[in-house]
Amino acid sequence: MDINATLIGQSIAMAVFVWFTLKFVWPPINAAIEERQKKIAEGLAHTDRAEKDLHIAQDKAKDILRDAKEQAAAIIEQARKREGKMIDEATSKANEERDHILTQARAEVDAERSRLREDLRKQVAALAVAGAERILQREIDDAAHSDILEKLVQEL
Amino acid sequence: MADSNISVQGYIKHHLTDLTIGEGFWAINLGALGWSLFLGSLFIISFAWVGRKATTGVPGKFQCMVEMIIEFVGSSVKETFHVKDKLIAPIALTIFMWIFLMNLMKLVPVDWFPTVAGMAGLAFNSGSLPEYAAEYGFLERVMAHPWSYLKIAPTTDVNITMGMALGVFILILGYSIYYKGLGGFAKELATTPFNHWALAPFNLVLELVTLLAKPISLGLRLFGNLYAGEVIFLLIALVGLGQLPLHFAWAVFHILVIVLQAFIFMMLTIVYLSMAAEKH
Repeated sequence: MDINATLIGQSIAMAVFVWFTLKFVWPPINAAIEERQKKIAEGLAHTDRAEKDLHIAQDKAKDILRDAKEQAAAIIEQARKREGKMIDEATSKANEERDHILTQARAEVDAERSRLREDLRKQVAALAVAGAERILQREIDDAAHSDILEKLVQEL
Repeated sequence: MADSNISVQGYIKHHLTDLTIGEGFWAINLGALGWSLFLGSLFIISFAWVGRKATTGVPGKFQCMVEMIIEFVGSSVKETFHVKDKLIAPIALTIFMWIFLMNLMKLVPVDWFPTVAGMAGLAFNSGSLPEYAAEYGFLERVMAHPWSYLKIAPTTDVNITMGMALGVFILILGYSIYYKGLGGFAKELATTPFNHWALAPFNLVLELVTLLAKPISLGLRLFGNLYAGEVIFLLIALVGLGQLPLHFAWAVFHILVIVLQAFIFMMLTIVYLSMAAEKH
């Protein structure tokens, strides 16, 4: 186990191997590693940004949903109001109609009644006259009353 | 492999001796350097392949593993080395992966590779079998063949670890001069820890020792840990059948040592280089 030329050979081999590593081993692999690290960093940044975007979108969706709910509530409220108004309107119209019909009916009834009364009055008058005629016929004496009759005839 | 024909010393010596080519200082440890080069090439080729096919989209499993290692090394560098420098991270990655792979070879059971290599030697290069082994049995001949001396775990060879420490030492000098200038580096050596002109020689001696201690401790730490582990593996292999649970336990423990020593070597390199690059 003496020191011999192997030592020098090994030193030369070391120089060659170091040079080779410097030229052909370290740069490409290191470049690949750094390139991939950059890619990964970019990917992570991307993910972060996407996450942020997602949060923003979620917030926006929430806002939109809330707005929509509010709008729906407003529409329902409006509809309810209009419904009440329509019912009121219909009720008042129906009332008016009823009143109108009632007055009309009442007027008709009144007219019919007055007509009937008139008829009755006429019939009563006729009856009275007929009764009076019968009574008068029995009482009348042509001779006694002929002058009146004559007067009447003359007047005709 | 505690055979009657092989003594305990012989067995251990066999496993700790590498097949060498050349004489004296200019000898080359074929097993250690060969496996070291093979594993280093394995590392850079597989990683460069991943780098070429690297996708910035969903990565495959191997790319994931490579990227995990790169991220781990990159963050270690970033925590320790505060000056902007594009060389430090590749240095750290190369050191970590290379030492890790070389350490990993220690988990290969100690006799497997020598046996296979020796068999291959007998098959393809029977001429280099020593003459004294001609009458041996098959396994003894396998183990006597020079190819069976090829070591598979390079970091158990002090030349390998010190070679890498030498590389780090040159880097320390280079970083010091690059970031502080030759004058600044010399000034730092001469003025710390005692900032007085009269103490400059004393400082210089102190700082030079500190400077030299860095690579030496770096290389010897790795070598010592791995060599000791290897020796323990060899001793366990001598136990006989009882080695199975022991070997398993020691191997499990070594999974920790393998990663830890590679990590320590890498971290200390980063620290030394950051000390060299930063102004005090």
